[in-house]
Amino acid sequence: MKNLFLIGFMLISSFAVAQSEGYKIGDLVKDFALKNVDSKMVSLANYKDAKGYIVVFTCNTCPVAKGYQERVSALNASYASKGYPVVAINPNDAGAVPDESFEKMQALAKEKNFSFPYLLDPNHVVTKQFGALKTPHVFVLSKTDKGNVVEYIGSIDNDAEGENPDKVNYVQNAISELSAGKKPTISSTKAVGCSIKWKKG
Amino acid sequence: MRIFFIICFSLITYSVNAQVKLLTLDDLDKRIAQGKDTTYVINFWATWCSPCVAELPNFEKLRLANLKKPVKVLLVSLDFKSKLQKKVIPFAQKNNIKAEVFLLNEPDQQQYIERIDKKWSGAIPATLFVNMKVRRFYEKEFTEQELKNTLLNLK
Repeated sequence: MKNLFLIGFMLISSFAVAQSEGYKIGDLVKDFALKNVDSKMVSLANYKDAKGYIVVFTCNTCPVAKGYQERVSALNASYASKGYPVVAINPNDAGAVPDESFEKMQALAKEKNFSFPYLLDPNHVVTKQFGALKTPHVFVLSKTDKGNVVEYIGSIDNDAEGENPDKVNYVQNAISELSAGKKPTISSTKAVGCSIKWKKG
Repeated sequence: MRIFFIICFSLITYSVNAQVKLLTLDDLDKRIAQGKDTTYVINFWATWCSPCVAELPNFEKLRLANLKKPVKVLLVSLDFKSKLQKKVIPFAQKNNIKAEVFLLNEPDQQQYIERIDKKWSGAIPATLFVNMKVRRFYEKEFTEQELKNTLLNLK
């Protein structure tokens, strides 16, 4: 009997841990409504014809995220028309880092001609749901009858510096495979990035 | 004569301090194994990471507070290897960093992030407290007090 309690307790605690760690591969994504740089609200459900999404947690200030800005734009240019639009979310708190403000996001989106939404996530609600921990941090989703399923979590490629002779384009590969009705061969990768600047207090 | 020795010694220490050595994870493992009862506080940082740079003085305070104890603070930069001469060494010199500074010499982020800690997302700052018996990894920023407490409560 004691053991049963112990097992029950372990199950509950492991569930609690899993909850706080955000989405895993195969999880269903809860839709959101976040304010875009044009002040309009954006939800995944807005994209009626999408087959999936490239959700990118990125920001104004992180040097790694900045290094990937053009690659994020290129992903949207290549894949939005194929049914996989980029949806960028800034997970950082402007109270913690003033340069992460909504106005600075608007300025960046304008300067770099973002062709995709760049969303504000006040209080980190969506960031925590996803379990994003850094910028850049990418989640590729596929739209299914059951909802939007997480198919890939990680980095855009393994070439932050732009000098890797063995470059692998993880996100591109994942989408090619999804488009062909397959699951991504590599569904999770890791790379160095900037920690999320959480709201203080 | 004594003063001469002291001057020589401080010159040597100064030149050692100004260095940033390349470090592989194998090197690091060897260092930990040879450290016997030494606890290593290994901070992963980069010159481009502002919260990392902001917390470096806390590691210096920890180092100073533990000079007579078997505690070593190692600052392992994750800057690109190509930035060693232009960024990392000048940064270490300019900020007069006394702890040992390294630049991680591993080609594959995938592999080294997992090897340092399976749960690490790759976000920095991150810090590893490790000795022969205990290994604790934290993906977070540390205050001076938190560093002190974490070291004290390491079991």
